[in-house]
Amino acid sequence: MPQPISLKDHEQDALLVRQRAATGLAFVLILVVVLFARMYYLQVIQYDYHATLSENNRVHVQPIPPTRGLVFDRDGRILADNRPSFSLTMTRERAGEWRSVLDVLVQVLEFGPEEREQFEKRLLQGRRPFEPVPILFELSEEQIARVAVNQFQLPGVEVSAQLVRHYPYMEHFAHSVGYVGRINDQELKRLDPVNYSGTHHMGKTGIEKFYEAELHGQVGYEEVETNARGRVLRVLKHTDPKPGQDVVLSLDLDLQQVAEEALGGRRGAIIALQPSTGEVLAMVSQPSFNPNLFVTGISFKEYAALRDSIDRPLYNRVLRGLYPPGSTIKPMMAVAGLDSGVVTPATRVFDPGFYQLPGVDHKYRNWNRGGDGWVSLETAISRSNDTYFYSMAHKMGIDRMYDYMTRFGIGQRVSLDMHEEATGLMPSRQWKRSRYRQAWFPGETLILGIGQGYMQTTPLQLVQATALVANRGKWIRPRLARTVGGSPPVDTRPVPDIQVRDPKYWDYVRHGMEMVMHSAQGTAKKVGATARYRIAGKSGTAQVVGIRQGERYDSGRLAERHRDHALFVGFAPAENPQIAVAVMVENGESGSGVAAPVVKKVMDAWLLDERGQLRQEYAPAQPTETKTP
Amino acid sequence: MNWLGSFDPALSEDEDVFRRRAGFLYRLHVDGTMLLLLVLIGLVGLVILYSASGRNWDLVLKQGISFGIGLGAMLVIAQIEPRFMARWVPLGYLFGVFLLLVVDIMGHNAMGATRWINIPGVIRFQPAELMKILMPATVAWYLSNHSLPAGLKHTAIALVLILIPFALIVRQPDLGTALLVLAAGAFVLFIGGLRWVWIGSALAAVVPVAIGMWYFVMHDYQRQRVLTFLDPESDPLGSGWNIIQSKAAIGSGGTFGKGWLQGTQSHLDFLPESHTDFIIAVLAEEFGLVGISLLLLLYTLLILRGLVITVQAQTLFGKLLAGALTMTFFVYVFVNIGMVSGLLPVVGVPLPFISFGGTALVTLLSGFGVLMSIHTHRKWIAQV
Repeated sequence: MPQPISLKDHEQDALLVRQRAATGLAFVLILVVVLFARMYYLQVIQYDYHATLSENNRVHVQPIPPTRGLVFDRDGRILADNRPSFSLTMTRERAGEWRSVLDVLVQVLEFGPEEREQFEKRLLQGRRPFEPVPILFELSEEQIARVAVNQFQLPGVEVSAQLVRHYPYMEHFAHSVGYVGRINDQELKRLDPVNYSGTHHMGKTGIEKFYEAELHGQVGYEEVETNARGRVLRVLKHTDPKPGQDVVLSLDLDLQQVAEEALGGRRGAIIALQPSTGEVLAMVSQPSFNPNLFVTGISFKEYAALRDSIDRPLYNRVLRGLYPPGSTIKPMMAVAGLDSGVVTPATRVFDPGFYQLPGVDHKYRNWNRGGDGWVSLETAISRSNDTYFYSMAHKMGIDRMYDYMTRFGIGQRVSLDMHEEATGLMPSRQWKRSRYRQAWFPGETLILGIGQGYMQTTPLQLVQATALVANRGKWIRPRLARTVGGSPPVDTRPVPDIQVRDPKYWDYVRHGMEMVMHSAQGTAKKVGATARYRIAGKSGTAQVVGIRQGERYDSGRLAERHRDHALFVGFAPAENPQIAVAVMVENGESGSGVAAPVVKKVMDAWLLDERGQLRQEYAPAQPTETKTP
Repeated sequence: MNWLGSFDPALSEDEDVFRRRAGFLYRLHVDGTMLLLLVLIGLVGLVILYSASGRNWDLVLKQGISFGIGLGAMLVIAQIEPRFMARWVPLGYLFGVFLLLVVDIMGHNAMGATRWINIPGVIRFQPAELMKILMPATVAWYLSNHSLPAGLKHTAIALVLILIPFALIVRQPDLGTALLVLAAGAFVLFIGGLRWVWIGSALAAVVPVAIGMWYFVMHDYQRQRVLTFLDPESDPLGSGWNIIQSKAAIGSGGTFGKGWLQGTQSHLDFLPESHTDFIIAVLAEEFGLVGISLLLLLYTLLILRGLVITVQAQTLFGKLLAGALTMTFFVYVFVNIGMVSGLLPVVGVPLPFISFGGTALVTLLSGFGVLMSIHTHRKWIAQV
């Protein structure tokens, strides 16, 4: 592109550029003088100050870790606190040949090569230069004395007092409160390096993990002048840390203990909550473990013993245990059946002891081989009649069933603040296609109707589904924390309530559940007979091993660990629900015989006063007769 | 000051004398004065790097090789005629923007390194580095096609040319490089005589916009980040730690310094990044105010030479580009030293020719190659 630039223009442009270059030069010179002045200020005027700092003394910034927030139960009893404890720290940069200092230390404290390796690993995890890294916690008096006597050959080694997490109730709250442990390399990458610069522990499981941000607090720091040996000479600047917030749980220490005793040393899970608030009152997963072991670093042997135990004490059965719900799902299925219109309260089904799909030989058995004759919805619940639910499931179909069960929280994470909750599984056509590349078979719908087959639920999901029946469909996520830093936790993803066409449907189902406990034919009538209030409940068994067609379940022939899990869900008082409970007893075999008494003990502890009477505030709104029919 | 050249735009007698003397270098299209200053600063850099890296020969050797490669790139670029540059630079600009877009899209897919173009075994570089030269060159090309000072329309178009790569580099996100690229483009406008009123009002507009953002747009945590950015010493466990330590290192150097390899702060791992962004603190600690002053003098002479080239350039394109590259170079120096000495917020800008890093060396020396090309092709143009 030819540019007609006239000579005159060119000269004017050159003049302009020359002016600007001169201006630029002036700027450059002024700013160079500014830089020089800054250097002059630092190196000449402030020389003495900086020279003393660097002569033999060093400026250090020491983080001051915030005090971790406490965890309380609903009555203000401390479940997790911080205890002063002496730990041994080592600063690599001050130790000189730190590996040989470590050798001396191991010798002084009479440890073996295994501990030495552990110390070395911890030291290498130090993050900043001149950071004292704790290598041994909870020193004994003797250990402190040994270090003090040999201090001259242990440069860089110091005994320091620290606050260390402590769980006074040991294994009782290991699964709900969780525990803190040393921050590992992977976690370090995800943490805010500044805020955690003085912190060596973080929440690993449970409440400690879920509310880590709130419990931890904000780091403070101190700018100090130290001498070459690392002794602090002078504090130049000090900013206080902001302590972590306290968490008050809805758990009740007394109820928790009653629940654990009720389980009587068996393996299993108990979860109790208040349906109207979603507050969890007790959460038991047996066997449990002592969380204090994890705080200061568990030895490999101890950890292996816990991890490899056949009883799986580290496994949180309430949140992670997956079981087919068995018959405990029938009340929710009944609501689905009524609302989808496949049954009415008056629908009756004849039970000859089995159900057959049209044109198929296979017999789907009722648990009662003799059959229950004509059964209605309410008797089907109270007798736990399988044939009725096979028939209902067949009419409903998998798609509608999937839809309703999902709304009850099956296959969903239901909790508000519980770490690592399992999702469970509510199967669907689509799920089966992507999982097995197979079409859905009608028979699979039938066994889902009685809570067997692919369906997998956690005890938490079961208690929530039961609480939904108690709440007439109102959804409140179960929660462990009542308040965090003084304010209640907020549900940011609320679940829509379950709307049914006629609210009476809830009453039919609830009446059926009451009949389980209080009618002459009820499967748990023995437990119901001893109750001081009306209970609505449902038993269930979860198969551990499959039973072949035509074979009978024979507990005598099965190894103990292959026996069925006993399940029971319920709420009480039936007219004015105050507590909903789900109990799973591993290999307990009988839901109504083994799990139901546990449920009742938990309910009694919560609902009865010292004289064994129903507490006034829990009494039904209008007193009704409490005679068992 | 004759050897720096005269400010007289016409070819003076002194110039001719100078040119005859440097005839050989001139035929190589190398500016002797500039080369001398560059090599001097480069040697200073290697000496300090040896100390700052804890006597690491490998590192020094690596930096030396990078310097050599950079000089080679400079020599090659110096052979290119400025007119040829002006013709092809816009295409290069489009290509550079294309590469930035590629990096942007790839980066979002790969969820990671968003700054690099990487063809394994062939080449690996940051398109943003290309833009440090291509963008000011393109703006210079655009403005030089119109009479100065640029009117509203041409200024607006030039601003668009500047802001497209700026925005793409900010998204990478690499604020430091983006600001340097922005500065390079802005300096073209400045040298091209952008009206003072406009410059003044643009600066004045920043204040109310910033206040509005502060009160109505930003969240608390964002405000906190801005505050720590402006005053790093309020965050002594984070970026403030570097500043506290570098100030102690600089201050303890005093007038004459502790001597080469004798610095304590920088050698005891107190000073982070002592061989990259914070290397000036090592120089200040070991050579004192005297050392700093000498380095500042070398830099100032280099910049002075660049401005002389700007004034003596015969094409408007050459003038604008030479001026912008020189002023941008000064921004590097000022921002880095200002940051390390606690005058300015911490942004990742290396100290030219001293900080360890090969890419920066090659880019910088390429820029000086452009300056040399502008200066040494002058005679040839005059003969046409």
